[in-house]
Amino acid sequence: MRKVYLDNAATTPVDKRVLAAARPYFSQRFGNASEPHLWGQEARRAIETAREKVADFLGAKPKEIIFTSCATESINLAHKGLLEAKLREFQNPKSQIPKKLHIITSSVEHKAVLETCKHLEKLGWAKVTYLPVDKYGMVRVSDVKQAIRPETILVSVMYVNNEVGTIEPVAEIGKVIKGINRSRRASHSPPLYFHTDATQAIQYLDCEVDKLGVDLLSLTGHKFCAPKGIGALYVRSGVPIVRQQDGGEQERGLRAGTENVPGIVALGEAIGQVQRSTFQVQNRVKELRDRLIDGVLKISGTKLTGHPTKRAPHIASFVIEGVEGEAMLLLLSDKGVAASSGSACTSGVLGPSHVLTAMGISAEVSHGSLRFSLGKDTAGEDIDYVLKVLPGIVVQLRKMAPAA
Amino acid sequence: MDLQTFYSKKVLEHVRHPRNMGELKNPDGVATVGNRVCGDIMRLYIKVTKRGGREYIGDVRFQTLGCGAAIATSSIITTMVKGRLLAEAEKITDKAVAEALGGLPPVKMHCSLLAADALKKAIEDYRRKR
Repeated sequence: MRKVYLDNAATTPVDKRVLAAARPYFSQRFGNASEPHLWGQEARRAIETAREKVADFLGAKPKEIIFTSCATESINLAHKGLLEAKLREFQNPKSQIPKKLHIITSSVEHKAVLETCKHLEKLGWAKVTYLPVDKYGMVRVSDVKQAIRPETILVSVMYVNNEVGTIEPVAEIGKVIKGINRSRRASHSPPLYFHTDATQAIQYLDCEVDKLGVDLLSLTGHKFCAPKGIGALYVRSGVPIVRQQDGGEQERGLRAGTENVPGIVALGEAIGQVQRSTFQVQNRVKELRDRLIDGVLKISGTKLTGHPTKRAPHIASFVIEGVEGEAMLLLLSDKGVAASSGSACTSGVLGPSHVLTAMGISAEVSHGSLRFSLGKDTAGEDIDYVLKVLPGIVVQLRKMAPAA
Repeated sequence: MDLQTFYSKKVLEHVRHPRNMGELKNPDGVATVGNRVCGDIMRLYIKVTKRGGREYIGDVRFQTLGCGAAIATSSIITTMVKGRLLAEAEKITDKAVAEALGGLPPVKMHCSLLAADALKKAIEDYRRKR
């Protein structure tokens, strides 16, 4: 049976060259980078080389990169670390920081952002505005503008939505924030910081931080063929962050704990590969995705979710009438196909996807949600195969369902 | 989610090959139950036969729009009650349904409740019409 893995937005296979680059750092060059001996130096050099690669990809300085374990950790560090730093400033009586800090984010963020924001609200550190989105899952730049108040300290908007693939207007929001900060500087008010969760964007989109106008950017390796357990946070020079994991002085004192050297080396290698190949891969993946979308939409009662054009190359997401998502995943898996769904039955908390709900899609319709996410190695034959087996599965499940 | 370890072999087997699936023409009892939490809908049809003054479930069919657990619980409950005394059938609990499938993941337990509920309501419907 053919095996077709179309769940690359969940995770990707580790690339052979990435694995080869990381392998020596398990048993041969295993040193602790904090030690001054030869072994330690070797590990230190490997970490700093990887840091340069990540920085180069983002158009940043190496010292602005902090290695973490994953995007969730980066996001937690960025939000909690910034808020804690600002609250410390506030304790200085001369400071002009207003009493209640304010965060703006979107209602379609990953749980890592939403739950972190909820935690900050619970701690009483901040008030949070969760911006609505349009029917494509896109944040309106004008909504961001309108939500900004004098006490707003952080705007956090994802680059690419993981469920529907919509590309958020991050660079436009960056411009708005730049304008706000010009006038804040003139009035000696504290600046507004901009974070983006770029987890789904690294493989295919331009992630240069100056073009995006972001101060903080979170990413994770396993979405672009590095292993799980390694991520990074970009922190623009001058952005105040208080570490959230206490211990040693690793990562400029911002993330304690012995560095994951093989993971860091792998991340550096993987991001370097993305940088060298982005353009060709992007076009090929986009073509295949469009072929998949066209094919799926030929099945009656199917609709594309997310923006029709402003979407990441690798994500094709749908709602399919009269079938339940998890049942589709089971039957697809039987045919060797991996996909994903945002149906309530697959969520673990039995609620419909918050992303689809925010887009105005009813629980009944999102019950039949299905997401395919392509990878750099997805082949045309893979798409043909999925288009061959999916219609039969939909028919089979519709036959099983009671008439409305 | 690793579907193979998430669900028992028995659940997956019923999803692949549901038993007694489809509409039953002229049923003696029918009930449609829905789960507001997850959106699943289940319809159960029964035909009652009488032998020696006792009522048996002569035939039973289901139709389900729902996840793997919803399909499997509705499929297996039909096999558990077909040919059985009505009085016995209506005593089948959600727990018995889940056990017959070799267990269900905790988050999916409510699906077995749906199946047991559909059966009870179909029997009630039969009694009402009688």
